[in-house]
Amino acid sequence: MKPDHLHFFIDPSRCIGCQACVQACSECDTHRGDSMIHLEYIDRASSIQTVPVVCMHCDQPTCAEVCPADAIKRTADGVVQSARKPRCIACGNCVSACPFGVPEVYEERKIMMKCDMCYDRTSEGRKPMCATVCPSQALFYGTRDEIERLRPQSTPINRFQFGGQAITTRVFVMAPRGLAGLAPHLDVTAAMDEYAPARPLALKMAAAADPFDDVEI
Amino acid sequence: MAGEIDRDTLSVPPDGRPLSEQPAWRQDFPIDWPQDHYVERRDFVKFLTLTSLAFTVGQFWIAGQNWLRKRQGLPEMRRIAGVNEVAVGATVVFDYPAMHDSCILVRLSDAEFVAYSQKCTHLSCAVIPRPDQGVIHCPCHEGFFDLRTGRQVSGPPPRPLPRITLEIRDDVIYATGVEIRTI
Repeated sequence: MKPDHLHFFIDPSRCIGCQACVQACSECDTHRGDSMIHLEYIDRASSIQTVPVVCMHCDQPTCAEVCPADAIKRTADGVVQSARKPRCIACGNCVSACPFGVPEVYEERKIMMKCDMCYDRTSEGRKPMCATVCPSQALFYGTRDEIERLRPQSTPINRFQFGGQAITTRVFVMAPRGLAGLAPHLDVTAAMDEYAPARPLALKMAAAADPFDDVEI
Repeated sequence: MAGEIDRDTLSVPPDGRPLSEQPAWRQDFPIDWPQDHYVERRDFVKFLTLTSLAFTVGQFWIAGQNWLRKRQGLPEMRRIAGVNEVAVGATVVFDYPAMHDSCILVRLSDAEFVAYSQKCTHLSCAVIPRPDQGVIHCPCHEGFFDLRTGRQVSGPPPRPLPRITLEIRDDVIYATGVEIRTI
């Protein structure tokens, strides 16, 4: 049973894209070689900023709602577990349904596996593996007091709006304190519609001459 | 702190209404682990009663089968082959008692004949007699039976092969019955 006073906080702005969490996760014996955490690029074309994606452990788990085989269960401490092996039929409904893009189907093993917050560790009060290795502490596991003391500029948010679907999660995302005061939840789909204004981009190249002038074919 | 949270009903349905207003299937397929693992006393008693009832009915079924088999009496006698047609160590395949019940007849010596059903007692593969080694071999899972008695020697077969009782009259071998053995 995960202790109630310990929470998982994700601070995307601190992510430096080092992939340490991915490496640490894939070394776990329960899913050796496969990482249950992955890094998403926010806007690959214009930025190298990444976001670590772990299971958010929703209070209304959409993956479990859509599971036709009744394979995704949530333990009493609020952690949504990986698919139960005897039940999972690897249909991939959860993959399509999860608003955060967390579950993955492993075709060769015919099972869905996802982040379970390192249940073997957190149920004993230890930190998840990714949180122990993150050098910039973009992944933080601890108490509310600790995070408030360490990050005075940010505030944890666990309410998200995906179109008409409102979701509260066990995992918190750190948002700037000023923004969090304006809206108590993150409207994810609205943020996706908002395109940043196009800005001119010039690549500095040696004069305007054809760089392939002296190439002989 | 743990007492404040009702750990059995953590998950909230998407429409947010209480469980009493939800469709019945939500109670049958709960998302929360404790509810999923919860077995009602009534369900457990139902399981026990129905299972023991099934076992009891099974006993009567077996008894009924035995009674029917006894009532049918011995199958008809059938000619297999002439004594001179089977060399020592040779095998004859024949059908007994019905059309598709394959059996094997082996001549062990001048005066000794044995016959068994060809159906392995494990998974009904056709067994092959090996008179030179004194065994009957089932190639499917490497089961071996003793050639003289038909009892299982090694491998997965759970019972001896059914023995076909033989009778020799005027140099002709007849099958007279099937002896099913459980041990």
